[in-house]
Amino acid sequence: MNSPSLSFARLRRELFATPLDGVITLALVGFLLAVGTAFLRWMLFQAEWAVIQANTTLFAVGRYPIEQQWRLWLLTVLLAAATGLSWGLLRGKGSWPRNDQLTAVILIALAVFGSWGLKLELPIQLRWWGITALLLVVRWAAGRWSQALPAPLLRLVPLVWPVLYLVGMVLISGGLGLMRVPPGEWGGLLLTLLEASFAILLCFPLGVLLALGRRSELPLLRWGSVLYIEFIRGAPLITLLFLGQNILGFLLPGGLAPDRVWRAAWVLTFFAAAYVAEAVRSGLVALPPGQLEAARSLGLPMHQALIHVVLPQAMRVALPATVGQFITLLQDTTLLSLIGLLDLLGTARTVMANPEFLGKNAEVYLVLAVLFWCCCAALGLGSRALETRLNPLAPSKA
Amino acid sequence: MATPAVTPWWRNRRLIPWLVQGVAGLLVLVVVAFLVGNLVRNLTNAGLLLSWSWLRNPAGFDVSETLLPFNAELPYWRALLAGLVNTLRVVLAGLIGATVLGTLIGVAAFSSNGLLRRLARVYVELIRNIPLLLQLVFWYFVVFLALPGGEQAIQLPGVVLAKSGLYLGKPELINGVWQGQLRLTVEFGALLTGLVVYTAAFIAEVVRGGVASVPPGQWEASRSLGLTPLQTLQRIVLPQALRVIVPGLNSQYISLAKNSSLAVACGYSDLYSVAETTLNQTGRAVEVVLILLGSYLVIDLLISALMNGVNSWVQIKER
Repeated sequence: MNSPSLSFARLRRELFATPLDGVITLALVGFLLAVGTAFLRWMLFQAEWAVIQANTTLFAVGRYPIEQQWRLWLLTVLLAAATGLSWGLLRGKGSWPRNDQLTAVILIALAVFGSWGLKLELPIQLRWWGITALLLVVRWAAGRWSQALPAPLLRLVPLVWPVLYLVGMVLISGGLGLMRVPPGEWGGLLLTLLEASFAILLCFPLGVLLALGRRSELPLLRWGSVLYIEFIRGAPLITLLFLGQNILGFLLPGGLAPDRVWRAAWVLTFFAAAYVAEAVRSGLVALPPGQLEAARSLGLPMHQALIHVVLPQAMRVALPATVGQFITLLQDTTLLSLIGLLDLLGTARTVMANPEFLGKNAEVYLVLAVLFWCCCAALGLGSRALETRLNPLAPSKA
Repeated sequence: MATPAVTPWWRNRRLIPWLVQGVAGLLVLVVVAFLVGNLVRNLTNAGLLLSWSWLRNPAGFDVSETLLPFNAELPYWRALLAGLVNTLRVVLAGLIGATVLGTLIGVAAFSSNGLLRRLARVYVELIRNIPLLLQLVFWYFVVFLALPGGEQAIQLPGVVLAKSGLYLGKPELINGVWQGQLRLTVEFGALLTGLVVYTAAFIAEVVRGGVASVPPGQWEASRSLGLTPLQTLQRIVLPQALRVIVPGLNSQYISLAKNSSLAVACGYSDLYSVAETTLNQTGRAVEVVLILLGSYLVIDLLISALMNGVNSWVQIKER
């Protein structure tokens, strides 16, 4: 099958089918080589990565007090354990399919080469190695012994995540005996992930309600939802963030208005809800009306018909668009830097304003771009995997 | 012991929905009244009750590169108008640029050349997964501000790209400063490049989906009738693909218009950036936000109206 002549023929068909194709191919190869060598030369010889290496803590957590940072390490450990547990139980049977092996290799490479490339101090490097090892060991153990555990216990496992989210909130912000760390001191990747996860979690139920409202037969509900969705979708996010920062203080009685970080989080939530509502509506529209009618005529009350019959089918259709909105939301958190919050991009700006690192824009922006690209691409991949898993016609469900 | 045949009121199919709506509506009204009450009270205390007379006060700040003549002594409304015109300028240029680039990349996905096909895919995946704001600051700080100036500027026939801007129409170097008939600033250039590159990735997907929606039999039938590939594209495929493409373009155009509000990140004086300065000087938060929301709503509606016109033109005409 894979004889050299065959692959040569294929190459020829793909790249040199006609003279014009040949010219295009040669031009593109020349262009790619020129860009590639120029980029490599810059990356290896001209770029100065000290601006990243010296500011890793700032990029990761902003001005979070140093003596309280053990709380974030603890949270990272918990997250790694929970990820390993869910991963192992999802796979089950103690098997390591090829994708899992690949993921494990990538994780190990990240822990070793990532922390080496960032020139982290040795104790911190060791911590990252330990966290990666913990994740993989828990994944192995969960996969190995998942069969032995009783079923009711297994059903409780998904609950780990909401509980962990609440624990994480307490660990980050303090309270319950821990010292309070005001939101103004959160920053960097921590703030970006916190705002994005908060908004993603809350905008989803809100969006589903709005989508149902828009298709409701009750005129007040329908027009209310339409008005809200179209109002939000007609305005740029930056003007709404601006509104949140400047007018929310006037709308609420003195002292009740939340902190600037939380104001932005709520604006992001309400903004994304309108877009999620449209994504969910596309799923609702795709569903034949007979489904709801059949469920109702079987005697299911409206809310049960929606929860058990309509929404599961509609969500399967709406899933790609919804995750697409989540990805957009993650990207939109960069706008917080324009209203003076220190998210990843905001932190980058303060770092580059430091005279020591003046003019190191290219290095910093490149690292941020790679970071965002990886997060967004991973979300997209996850969405596609979930899609095939949920597809009732998929052959692998035997 | 006969049970009453009358349905109790709480199971009345006609009454209950209205009752629910009434309660919900009342709740919303109460919340709105509470918020507006606070707003009025707080604004009165701050001495900022809704008024528009401040729009006639001199602005006191300059707006760079305006099409309408503007200086710091002119009133606020002229400053906001200049910002709006700047926004419209970049949106219009961006729409044209993104459409051209996006169509090229979308069509490249159907090339017979495997390398070109894959590069089109890589472009879309690369651009869509990086935040627009990050791309804008990259174009501005890393690319456009690093351009060489003076004699080292990039010189093409009739066009010069220097640190101080893009010069068109017989540019000349006079005393180390470029002079040309038309000068576009690097701020405008960076914003336009960023918007075009970003939106083109989304438009390419719309175009690709549209062309893919035409059944392959249409291509084959057209080719076997002896039409050339170009004729096939022009006469057979595009008219059918446009019906799918135009509604998708509409939403991409609207997001481009909204995204142009990120101009403040690369120092271009668009409507939002002028409004921000205005708010900082006057403290008139409510009025400024109303102007902003209203302006973008009008721009969105204009684009939608235009695209609806185009849409009714490309849809199937019953004969």
